[in-house]
Amino acid sequence: MITLRVNGTLHTVDVPLDMPVLWVLRDVIGLTGTKFGCGMALCGACTVHLDGRPIRSCVTPVSAATGKSITTIEAVGETPSGKRAQQAWLDVEVVQCGYCQSGQIMAAAALLAAKPRPTDADIDAAMAGNICRCGTYSRIRAAIKRAAAG
Amino acid sequence: MAREPRVSRREFLSIGATVGGGLLLGFELPAPPASPFSPNAFIRIDRDGRVTLIMHKVEMGQGTYTSMSMLLAEELEVDLGDVRLEHAPADDARYAEPLFGVQETGGSTSVRGNWEPLRRAGASARSLLVAAAAATWSVDPASCHAARGSVIHDPTNRSLGYGALVDKAATLRVPSRVPLKDPKDFKLIGTPAKRVDAPAKVDGTAQFGIDVRLAGMKVATVAACPVFGGKLASVDDAKAKAIPGVRQIVRLEDAVAVVADHMWAAKQGLAALDIRWDDGPNAGLATADIVRALAEASQKPGVVARAEGDAAAALAGADRKIEAVYELPFLAHATLEPVNCTVHVRPDGCDLWLGTQVPTFTQTAAAKLTGLPRGKVRVHNHLLGGGFGRRLEVDFVVRAVQIAKQVSGPVKVVWTREEDIQHDMYRPYYYDRIAAGLDAGGKPVAWTHRVTGSSIMARVASELFPKNLRVIRALGLHQLMASIKGLDTDAVEGAVEPPYDLPNIRVEYVRQEPPGIPTAFWRGVGPTHSIFVVESFIDELAAAARQDPVAYRRALLDRSPRAKAVLDLAAEKAGWGQPLHPRSARGVALLHAFGSYIAQVAEVAVSPQGDVRVTRVVCAVDCGTIVNPDTVKAQMEGGIVFGVTGALFGEITIKGGRVEQHNFNDYRMLRINEAPVIEVHLVPSTETPGGVGEPGTSCVMPAVANAIFAATGTRIRKLPVKDQLRAVS
Repeated sequence: MITLRVNGTLHTVDVPLDMPVLWVLRDVIGLTGTKFGCGMALCGACTVHLDGRPIRSCVTPVSAATGKSITTIEAVGETPSGKRAQQAWLDVEVVQCGYCQSGQIMAAAALLAAKPRPTDADIDAAMAGNICRCGTYSRIRAAIKRAAAG
Repeated sequence: MAREPRVSRREFLSIGATVGGGLLLGFELPAPPASPFSPNAFIRIDRDGRVTLIMHKVEMGQGTYTSMSMLLAEELEVDLGDVRLEHAPADDARYAEPLFGVQETGGSTSVRGNWEPLRRAGASARSLLVAAAAATWSVDPASCHAARGSVIHDPTNRSLGYGALVDKAATLRVPSRVPLKDPKDFKLIGTPAKRVDAPAKVDGTAQFGIDVRLAGMKVATVAACPVFGGKLASVDDAKAKAIPGVRQIVRLEDAVAVVADHMWAAKQGLAALDIRWDDGPNAGLATADIVRALAEASQKPGVVARAEGDAAAALAGADRKIEAVYELPFLAHATLEPVNCTVHVRPDGCDLWLGTQVPTFTQTAAAKLTGLPRGKVRVHNHLLGGGFGRRLEVDFVVRAVQIAKQVSGPVKVVWTREEDIQHDMYRPYYYDRIAAGLDAGGKPVAWTHRVTGSSIMARVASELFPKNLRVIRALGLHQLMASIKGLDTDAVEGAVEPPYDLPNIRVEYVRQEPPGIPTAFWRGVGPTHSIFVVESFIDELAAAARQDPVAYRRALLDRSPRAKAVLDLAAEKAGWGQPLHPRSARGVALLHAFGSYIAQVAEVAVSPQGDVRVTRVVCAVDCGTIVNPDTVKAQMEGGIVFGVTGALFGEITIKGGRVEQHNFNDYRMLRINEAPVIEVHLVPSTETPGGVGEPGTSCVMPAVANAIFAATGTRIRKLPVKDQLRAVS
């Protein structure tokens, strides 16, 4: 039995210690906003926050998350940077298919929390791990700048 | 295992209903609540005034849920913020795409095909509501008008909400023809209305097929024989069965699946299987074999797609003759949502939950495999985490149903990314021979183009044409005749009618199928291949004539003013002719396809080591009347990134009968730090709407290749660019 704190709520789950956080969130706890894209930390669709830092939940074993706080897209709007990012995403009309956007917003929210006024180079560094197959990159960049300005 | 809260269908629905400003984007209701007013297949209005629009198109990012809603809402006179959306059930009779005759979302057709029918649906519903109000007040309907979900009697300013009128409206006869609004009166069409699906996509509540959770549901993942055409010989599952959470191993003729409590156990189980494959006849197949066969086939004459004048004689008599061979690779779709399908097979019925571009094909495939009548197969469509043509296919539905037939209860079949890339249905490898004759002034006087490759249309047509009158009516007799004579109209689209003045032109198609490799449509379909060849080659002719690429094209466009206008606009906005840094240059390309005209100017920078970076793309679009300008811009931006990805990196190769690529490490995607700055300029127009989902992708590939030529002198005749410039730099 492992106890996890997810979005402020404690969940006790009976899963193998090496099970990635992604599958615990999606298939056990039922939080499907966090997405499966590659399973190898290559696309960023599965990004969540572990104690406020962005991690790829598809390669993070659940054992690494015990005693820490996990935040997912479902609750990132309760953080100041997450809320600003979500609003900027709507203002700029970033989304297309939307599948990658949970991960994009989680990565952006972490960036904004760490660097409230990110440069283009900061955005490149923080967001290059997140693939958008629909190609919304220019709007993602614009939304991050808008969130930083607001 | 922690006890999971059992979420019922009802709870899912209530979750769906709370998101997105009242937009229901989750499950379709299996049995819609008795509704007093549903005058057509697209509109339902309840007594409380709640308006539901039924979406027969699927949302895969292209913004169709917003544009289809705008068409209905414009004439129905309701605010977009006040409507709910529902995915349509599988039903060709009510929901077929007018341009195809089947219920399908693809080919950049949604606005083109539904521009008039959906406005008519909205207008006829509105006219009934106005008539109902007029009858209630005993006044002339002409003295009333509808606005924001109400009917107003103009002389007295009385008003009644739609909800109060539905019972009476339902008793009235649907009018045969209601006049549509004059475009100058449009309130919604032409405005950058906000996407209706955006709120749910930024807070994690949007429901994609892969997000389905059902009581008692298992999760499975699958491995098909890695060699195309191979079979399962044997499998030792002892170790897999010992993994906690693994419930069942399903053996199929050419695949194995592991059914488990969750995806992690399924993946672990699959890795623990000791599988022996019978590789079959394609065990030695390599890309080079396929290309050799294409090259040989391309020597023979093909089916004539277009012949005007005498191209052979004009070529022989020309001042100069230019010839080239162009090659385009197999491509995977790599939608970010991996292929998945959830199925529950029961003796009395079958339910499928997935995101699909073809709900009725999905229903038919499941009916065939289960032996159930189609009416007993229900398709619950979802948002698509990317389509690009991948979800026009039902191979993964077939696979999921094969597995589900052996499983008790619902099972969600999810492919790993590796399975998704290695068992896609691929954009065909094309091998094109093209030649032109130039006169003394450098103008083309002859043009021959022979396209050789797999025929996707032949596969699709063999399933549809013989029996489906609706399809024949929609596609037209010429399409049927083309199909009979073996012409793939998709493979040559973009090659048959270049916008240029080409007095003697001959275009042919040769069908050559790669052994074992399944092929399918990819974003931009035929034009993504043909426009690359035509626009690269016209650039070659400009270079041979020592003329500026824009000026050379322009001189051939006197009979195509819309093409000339977008070319001029793109060139002007891009600063064509102005100096750039050394090893940087601009390239141009022009497209007329999907009913739209597009010109793009790409800027590239090539490093001394031969690495290419696309730094800026300027795009001019004339897609006729625009429903949502922000959607058009977004589709161009996204289409350009999709095309640059393909042009620079996209390539599926075969060795030992297997796909050599695995995941995003070796099937590369463009990333934010590599993405060009993109500027989109829209041409105002009152012409019939054109498609916008695909042409951005088709146009950018030659623009990039032409820019590389301008920067380096190296002509890219084979995609992807990859490291081709390393050797020559």
